[in-house]
Amino acid sequence: MADKNNLLANKARRSFLGKAAAAASLTVAPGVVLQSIAAVKSGTEGVSDNTRWGMLIDTSKCADGCDACVTACASENGLPVHERPKSDPVWIRKVKLKDNLTDSVTTLPMMCQHCEKPPCADVCPTGASFRRADGIVMVDRHICIGCRYCMMACPYKARSFIHEEIVLKPTHTPRGKGCVESCNFCVHRLDSGNETTACQEACQKEGHNAIIFGDLKDSSSEVSQALRNLPSREIRADLQLNTGVRYKDI
Amino acid sequence: MKKIHFLEWGLNSPRYWGILAVLAAIAGIGGLSALYMEHNGHWVTGMSNQVVWGMPHIFAIFLIVAASGALNVASIASVFGKTPYKPLARLSAVFAVTLLIGGLLVLVLDLGRPDRLIVAMTTYNFKSIFAWNILLYTGFMVIVIVYLFTMMERKAQQYNKAAGTFAFIWRLTLTTGTGSIFGFIVARQAFDAAIMAPMFVIMSFSFGLACFLLLLMYVYRADGRELGDSVVLRLKNLLGVFVASVFYFTLAYHLTNLYATENHSLERFILLDGGVYTNIFWIGQIFLGTLVPLGILYHPSLGKMRNWIAISCGLVVLGAFSQLYVIIIGGQAFPMQMFPGKTIIESGFYDGVNGMAASYAPTLAETLLGIGGVSVAVLMALVVIRMLPILPISLADKDVDPHAS
Amino acid sequence: MKLFMLKLMASTVLVFTVLSGTVLADEDAASRSRGYKADKLEACVEPTEFMRRNHMELILHQRNLTVHEGIRIKDDSLANCVDCHASRDAQGKAIAVNEEGQFCERCHEQAAVHLDCFQCHATIPDSDIPNDSNWH
Repeated sequence: MADKNNLLANKARRSFLGKAAAAASLTVAPGVVLQSIAAVKSGTEGVSDNTRWGMLIDTSKCADGCDACVTACASENGLPVHERPKSDPVWIRKVKLKDNLTDSVTTLPMMCQHCEKPPCADVCPTGASFRRADGIVMVDRHICIGCRYCMMACPYKARSFIHEEIVLKPTHTPRGKGCVESCNFCVHRLDSGNETTACQEACQKEGHNAIIFGDLKDSSSEVSQALRNLPSREIRADLQLNTGVRYKDI
Repeated sequence: MKKIHFLEWGLNSPRYWGILAVLAAIAGIGGLSALYMEHNGHWVTGMSNQVVWGMPHIFAIFLIVAASGALNVASIASVFGKTPYKPLARLSAVFAVTLLIGGLLVLVLDLGRPDRLIVAMTTYNFKSIFAWNILLYTGFMVIVIVYLFTMMERKAQQYNKAAGTFAFIWRLTLTTGTGSIFGFIVARQAFDAAIMAPMFVIMSFSFGLACFLLLLMYVYRADGRELGDSVVLRLKNLLGVFVASVFYFTLAYHLTNLYATENHSLERFILLDGGVYTNIFWIGQIFLGTLVPLGILYHPSLGKMRNWIAISCGLVVLGAFSQLYVIIIGGQAFPMQMFPGKTIIESGFYDGVNGMAASYAPTLAETLLGIGGVSVAVLMALVVIRMLPILPISLADKDVDPHAS
Repeated sequence: MKLFMLKLMASTVLVFTVLSGTVLADEDAASRSRGYKADKLEACVEPTEFMRRNHMELILHQRNLTVHEGIRIKDDSLANCVDCHASRDAQGKAIAVNEEGQFCERCHEQAAVHLDCFQCHATIPDSDIPNDSNWH
């Protein structure tokens, strides 16, 4: 048993050293690998809380009738379509609002708001719902038992349960019957160093630029600057969840 | 009080096995339904991404809540020292365990990944009330079985009171935990109410006693044992108090909600224009499940007749299902208020466009799964009382002195 | 306890003898004609002997690193397994690794170990999944 652990530890260490010279790692005990993490986002370093991914959505730029972000998300993350809208998964959706007093109309995309204190993670019995160090709220499918308590608890209705067998699944977004999932800020892109999400890219391509994505902890990032300069708010700010997605002009 | 003698359930074999076969068949159909749901995925049920918990949860929560309530009779005997309840304690403990097993079966078989039960049992997030409940449920079974042992084994009798007290505290915690599943969900208005926890405790008293009374009357009549009025009338009076208490909590829940403007639309939905939920609330929960049984139980002559008592127990169970349906399904169907002061006029994912409620129509499979769970609970109880001396030979008035406490 | 350990060791030895003796010998012979990418390589990411016994540990280790730490080393990833060990039919189309008789399925079937990965994970190399897929 100890031998195997040693092998695994060595294996892990070699991988780190080989792939990322910046990470100094140290085997303190069989199976335990310590590593000091430099803030590199190359995909071979562990994520750290020096980064917090976030978004600002400028609803004044979000075009009524445009669903480029929705279709881009679906194709990027391989969202299955079984022509059953009540049970097909949705990661991002367009919502159109009318103000009760002024009748003014706003459209905006809604998705997982990547809360700092996510209610979904609080209620998850196994800890499958969790918040990664860099602020992304996601589901570890390996330990999700499909109880759907997170869907009850999410104030944004951001989560979907996979209601049926999935035949064709994308390599970077595994998906199977019986687990819950939601927007993960295109985590596979971020982990490989591409700092855009599919929805942001699509919005930009359409020329709307309603979605600004980036590192909230990097004060020079576009999203940080925009948040400093523009008035924005959280949806359901009353819950004080400190969401990673903020909206302007609602 | 005379010494109470216990004896196995003496139904003649063909009839006993016949009953078991029927119950096993119903349980089997429930199992097949679960298999069908798991094989195809949950799209074959009425549950969706809008209403994520459905019929199985209503049955599961009913059974779990009733389980802790069924233990009450035993608790009254050993914790509060009321000797008239003592002869019933064994049955009360047995039924508590089997109801819980039935409920947990339904809950587990509805999971998206029931094959990962082992993950649920080994990986805990202690901030989750669900995780706590897994421990509370399994602990309950162990504790009640130990408690039952202290009732049945002479040498262990000295620990009876301690075990009973522990079981009583545990069951209160358990139901508080079950109620808290719906009490701490800040996202949904209907569930964001701390009153849920105590309300579930009192619901358990009522549902559990109704189930217990039904089972008691059935098994005594079936093998011709005497069941005196002193026992039955005592229990039915208690049931009346519990039904009234549940009513009181329901009233308090809605009245406090009605005070705050932000909850007016929710209350309007449940009480006035929620369609099926409004009907189930007024007709199922309030009229048939509360007022009629109260009227029967406290009626000077009807309240003393066995059939009428049985009918009111049945109505209490009907009211229980109605109440859970309104709480669980109604609470989810009512749209989440994400944008106060605004109306959602279009959405790519439901979201209650123009205040429209999410729709849910239970399918046969998920309902049969729930009924299967009930069947398992009753079946197991009948097997245990057949194999072990659980039932007193007689509960006739002359054998159970009502004035002995 | 001692007896149990002995039995466990004996059965482990037996299983591995059977595995390496029959299945994997067949495997080696059969795979050459199947167009595995793996055929062109000297060994897997670790020596073959190590992989036979420990591939699941590597994948498990990698899985937690990937999901929780965002570390996506390609070597030990399941995607890499699929990439190298998926065979191709006469038209050069990739065959799912968990299909009957394919690399993953065959051995797991023989060893009677439930193969759970592919309920969620892709079963053919990423390069074989068209970009404009109709996901279902």
